[in-house]
Amino acid sequence: MLKDITLGQYFPGNTVVHRLDPRTKILLVVVYIVALFQARGWVGYGLVTLVTLLCTALSKIKLRSMFKGVKPMLFIIALTALLNIFYTAGTPVRPGWIITWEGIARAVQMMLRIVLLISGTFLLTYTTSPIALTDGLELLLNPLKKLRAPVHEMTMMMSMALRFIPTLISETDKIMSAQKARGADFETGSLTRRAKALLPILVPLFVSAFKRADELAVAMESRCYHGGEGRTRMKQLRLERRDLIALILGGLFLAGMFVLKGFGL
Amino acid sequence: MAEIITENLCHTYSAGTPFEQTAVRDVSLRIPQGQFAAVIGHTGSGKSTFIQHLNALLQPTSGRVLLDGQDINRDKYARRDVKWKVGLVFQYPEYQLFEETVYRDIAFGPTNMRLGKEEIDERVREAAAFTGVEEALFDRSPLELSGGQKRRIAIAGVIAMRPEVLILDEPTAGLDPAGCAQILDNIRNYREKTGATVLIVSHSMDDVARIAGRIIVFDKGRVAMDGTPEEVFSRARELSLIGLSIPKAAQLACALRDRNIPLPEGIFTHERLLEALLAVREGRTC
Repeated sequence: MLKDITLGQYFPGNTVVHRLDPRTKILLVVVYIVALFQARGWVGYGLVTLVTLLCTALSKIKLRSMFKGVKPMLFIIALTALLNIFYTAGTPVRPGWIITWEGIARAVQMMLRIVLLISGTFLLTYTTSPIALTDGLELLLNPLKKLRAPVHEMTMMMSMALRFIPTLISETDKIMSAQKARGADFETGSLTRRAKALLPILVPLFVSAFKRADELAVAMESRCYHGGEGRTRMKQLRLERRDLIALILGGLFLAGMFVLKGFGL
Repeated sequence: MAEIITENLCHTYSAGTPFEQTAVRDVSLRIPQGQFAAVIGHTGSGKSTFIQHLNALLQPTSGRVLLDGQDINRDKYARRDVKWKVGLVFQYPEYQLFEETVYRDIAFGPTNMRLGKEEIDERVREAAAFTGVEEALFDRSPLELSGGQKRRIAIAGVIAMRPEVLILDEPTAGLDPAGCAQILDNIRNYREKTGATVLIVSHSMDDVARIAGRIIVFDKGRVAMDGTPEEVFSRARELSLIGLSIPKAAQLACALRDRNIPLPEGIFTHERLLEALLAVREGRTC
């Protein structure tokens, strides 16, 4: 059951989107989000949807797995839509109703905006391995090092955290199975009972997490890790021609969205 | 009565995703009451997945698991009750210890069964005796004990439920030889005293040769061999193709036979080898 969590999951592949430099992809996602918020009318939303679908097709990610990422947000999406339907002024659908045509249009657009926002960012995490992602982030944030910001330490922590999420999930799974085999019941009972039932999972999980952290620290030290100063990489990231093309296309997309906004579309 | 039957058991992980993987394919087995069987196989051969079906922790993708002729997955209650009847000890069970004291940890299973206080106390002491956990340790924290002690406490936690079928996944992994021998002794003792069916998962041929009456070899999710230790170990060549080897004593006996030392067939424990060698020496000197 815990394996169903898709947050930040990476689907390995070998498409153009997978091969793009992580820095390019992170920048493109920023561009994409800015562009998305420039959409004013149906034409704008249509263009963003088209671009999203195109990128999804290029990366060969199934629409089904895309939807899986949106699923946990369905409640928020529905709530936003509902509020927009009832709180937008305009011409009523029928005389006397609070629901307006404008409200319905607004609601659909808002839903579209959230879904697109999630899909766009998921496209990044689906096609980029966590390691590449943090590497890209570190290089992009490099200028901040001049301001004495601990960029390397932060990204190192992030990649470690990401690295250990699957480990901890499988560990939790294992401990849960072991306790279930001893008759532990996590699914029924009152709230306090269920909270208490978590204890047999949390205690062993913390014990092993601390042990693991200790071992990791020793392993890193014994390989002479001493922070980011003067550290080189095994895999150097290099910008290729496809990155340039992708960035130019991204720029054009953003410019197009601004033009559409100018026309109020 | 505690007989386990699996019928065409299949299990596929993450069905419908790029990570789809079939771990168990079409396994039909019958493990009669009181048998001491061993499941061996390489890492990833599906043996751990297989045993988790036997107490309904995993549900088969297709096929059935029967305990005493009844499907253990027939409803929610059957799935829960089978956990008392089929006790499963996971690999490295010491990682599941969580209570403040050894006593309360062993009592966790019986408490979940909602037994009375006296009954729980009786079972805890009985399980501790089976696994050689001294009562002096009852008030200590399980986390501060040694690895071997923790392992025995964890096994006691399952035995305290008095399962009719006891399944252990790699019970000796990571222990020193003395610890290994002790745990195997405990398990044998439990089986002899209670008449329980015991299923032990291992990749150590030496352990298995010593205790099991039946060996089931898993390979790529299927049952590759199934028989008595004599039968299975006589197929050394096939075993080595799967990446498994015969027990060290059997290897040595083979090598000695090649050097024209007349040893009988069917030697796969150190004790038997020693006996046979002594017999050979006496035969020569006489």
